[in-house]
Amino acid sequence: MKILVCVSKTPDTTSKIAFTAGNTKFDEAGVQWIINPYDEWYSLVRAIELKEKDASITIHLITVGLADCDPIIRKALALGGDEAIRVNADSSDSYYIAAQIAEVAKRGGYDLILTGKETIDYNGSSIGGMVAEMVDMPYVSLATLFDLNGTTATITREMEGGEEVAEVSLPLVVSCQKGMAEQRIPNMRGIMAARTKPLQVVEPAAADTLTSIVSFELPPAKAGVKLVSPDNVAELVRLLHEEAKAI
Amino acid sequence: MFFLNQALFIPSAFVASHTCTFSSLFNKKNQFPNFPIPKFQNYPMSVLIFVDHAEGHIKKASFEALSYGAKLAEQLGTSAEALVLGTVTDDLAALGKYGVKKVHQVSSDTLNHVDSQLYAKVIAEAVTATGANVVVFSQNQTGKAVAANVAARLKAGIVTGACALPDTSNGFVVRKTVFSGKAFANVSINSPVKVISLNINSYKTVVGEGTAEVAALNVAVDASKIKITAVNKIIGEVPLTEADIVVSGGRGLKGPENWGVLLDLAKELNAGTACSRPVGDANWRPHHEHVGQTGVQIAPNLYIALGISGAIQHLAGVNRSKVIVVINKDPEAPFFKAADYGIVGDLFEVVPKLTEEIKKMKVSA
Repeated sequence: MKILVCVSKTPDTTSKIAFTAGNTKFDEAGVQWIINPYDEWYSLVRAIELKEKDASITIHLITVGLADCDPIIRKALALGGDEAIRVNADSSDSYYIAAQIAEVAKRGGYDLILTGKETIDYNGSSIGGMVAEMVDMPYVSLATLFDLNGTTATITREMEGGEEVAEVSLPLVVSCQKGMAEQRIPNMRGIMAARTKPLQVVEPAAADTLTSIVSFELPPAKAGVKLVSPDNVAELVRLLHEEAKAI
Repeated sequence: MFFLNQALFIPSAFVASHTCTFSSLFNKKNQFPNFPIPKFQNYPMSVLIFVDHAEGHIKKASFEALSYGAKLAEQLGTSAEALVLGTVTDDLAALGKYGVKKVHQVSSDTLNHVDSQLYAKVIAEAVTATGANVVVFSQNQTGKAVAANVAARLKAGIVTGACALPDTSNGFVVRKTVFSGKAFANVSINSPVKVISLNINSYKTVVGEGTAEVAALNVAVDASKIKITAVNKIIGEVPLTEADIVVSGGRGLKGPENWGVLLDLAKELNAGTACSRPVGDANWRPHHEHVGQTGVQIAPNLYIALGISGAIQHLAGVNRSKVIVVINKDPEAPFFKAADYGIVGDLFEVVPKLTEEIKKMKVSA
């Protein structure tokens, strides 16, 4: 069985968010890059757990990005991916990125495609659904639990007002979030092995770009906190009611 | 050009019902004073808003999406229509109050469960049939499950997490939150059909007068490939993502046995309850209450944080809240920097007083 895990390079969660070039580019100065946490902690680690139970599973990684993505791919290989493909393209358009992944997925014959529920930079939550549509597979979003029994997947997913347990036959695309698995740290053996695992770089397929980022903006700075004395809680209620009109 | 080809094959009966779309186009002041009279008079255009429902009732987030879509249609000089999949008990004609002229319904029981693949197929067909060139979703769990599929199917550019009406003065530019609410991006959609998924609580619902025409839309619905074996509803709680007010607790509450003070306050405010990651991880509270970078991201009108220090990962889940109140005994807690109002003090003393004062205010109001 072949699992394709989609990984994306994102700034570390504690990065300072700033922009350059007239607010058109993310300021990468001093930024530490990581595997998007939803891709790593939930999709990839769950795939590794499935492989630990069934040695016939192979884990293939895909990322769409330039050579500066290689360190995070090596880390994903160190955690337990078997091989990786990097589509050598830089894009912020979800349609373009999904088309690249779909192109690889169509040729690869994968039984299961996993994505994180969103990236923590563009917060698009679009790639899983788009890839599913492009390769014509069922899509289950926002999964919190995932298990395999032969070629049937049992998935718990978050829905409006609760959760749902569903059974779906492979092949399938799933977007993963908290609950699927727990974060792992690569061990030395994994790190050494990752150096020689195959990382194939392919050139992008022709695909349209349907959106473009015009500019970025930072939210206006908060005016500063208004502190109220703990002995005058009534004043806080008055402010929330009259000034903030929040209650 | 999937969309154009399909649009030309609309049954004539269907087109006839859309003539109102065009008269409105010319009566209203529109963005394009020299807008050419279309060659095909029967070629409709509109904004189509996807209306989500659960348990037979329309979701609050959909009212926001309807209001947003109606305003956008006005801005574009076109009309707004709604699309409902499955069956509902609410009166669909009443959606006219939110500015839509027509509600299309595909009433198949199969569609009472969200299957992304089926939904995308049906919605895409509805978009083609109605000639819509903008499709609006709410970015709730259903929107996250469906909007991207629809965009891929229609080869439409998509902006998810939209937080303002598009700027249509020069192109079509939608503002969205990025970096988990720490910044905004203005994104241009360059395709003929456009999909927008609107952040919850970021556009104010506008209620007016009006009744919408409800019309059945006949679209073939395939059998679902997803077999639902169990549904676990969270009963008796205000859903976190829909709550106007959220009261949230952190390690400062010291243990699950102390949650009473928080729940009393939440009850008095009819608020949703949430918690920080350490609290969720320690199983003091259920996992679905965890708000933050890796938990639920919320944007209520009022967020009250009790005993939460405000690590950057927590802020990423709540920084879109309109008003933030922080109660913490540590004056150095980083959360105070992101707060609008704060009390430095022992929450076990302050919170019961706060609950009492709110009670008093409600009596006098």
